[in-house]
Amino acid sequence: MTKARDLTTLFATLFLFWLLLNGSLAPDVLAIGLVVALLIAILFRGSLAVLSEFRATPLAIVTAVGYLIYFLKALLQSNLQLARIVLSPSLPLTPGIVKVRTRLQSRMGRMLLANSITLTPGTLTVELNGEWLYIHWVTVESADIEAATASIVSGFERYIEVMYG
Amino acid sequence: MDSLLNLLGGLLLVAGASFLFLGGLGLVRMPDVFNRIQAGTKATTLGTLLGLAGFACLRPEWGLKLLLIGLVTLFTNPISSQVLARAAHRTRVEMTLNTTVDRLAEDTGEEA
Repeated sequence: MTKARDLTTLFATLFLFWLLLNGSLAPDVLAIGLVVALLIAILFRGSLAVLSEFRATPLAIVTAVGYLIYFLKALLQSNLQLARIVLSPSLPLTPGIVKVRTRLQSRMGRMLLANSITLTPGTLTVELNGEWLYIHWVTVESADIEAATASIVSGFERYIEVMYG
Repeated sequence: MDSLLNLLGGLLLVAGASFLFLGGLGLVRMPDVFNRIQAGTKATTLGTLLGLAGFACLRPEWGLKLLLIGLVTLFTNPISSQVLARAAHRTRVEMTLNTTVDRLAEDTGEEA
């Protein structure tokens, strides 16, 4: 991935966001958007990896859609589980912090994974350390690294691997 | 068509509000910081998204902006929760008594 391409992607995305937010194509709006998007793209090209590290292949885009559906389903499940716990008088919790391992190498992939884990049933990423993630789990099913990894990480990893590697 | 969208929007708003309420209840009922953060994050994310979807049905012309707000929520909510949880753990906030295991403390040697 070249620097020029990073810059262009970033600039195009920022400008698109600007247009969406303004909902207008007046010349002055366009001019301001162009200048500001270009400035931000030049100043921050190294730090907005969400866009520049994405592998823009057709497979990655299909996977991104699949990931989004999988993710929204997990988010809904996690809320239903939470509702069940919060509404039951006995408050059935067996919390703990378990350690899991990820195969993902890219910074962006790991960030996305940590975020996804936080929003899925009963899990919250507490700390990241290289390939190790420490997860707070409302109902610890297994403190074993392999078993916890299989049950928390694997579902998302399948998708993110294709998108970011 | 309009009344159908209105109905759908209203239902989505009510659903979002219910999840936000459950999250609030979770904040009160959960025994320690980490469990509270769990309740807070998930409920506010889904609750906010459903609310935004509801608004999008009621005011379709706001759709794109609402979509952007949703995306920002989706990215920032879990990050702030993770950072809060990490800060809590680093300053050794007490965990509830029925905590079964704490691998992080074992690995960083914070506790015996």
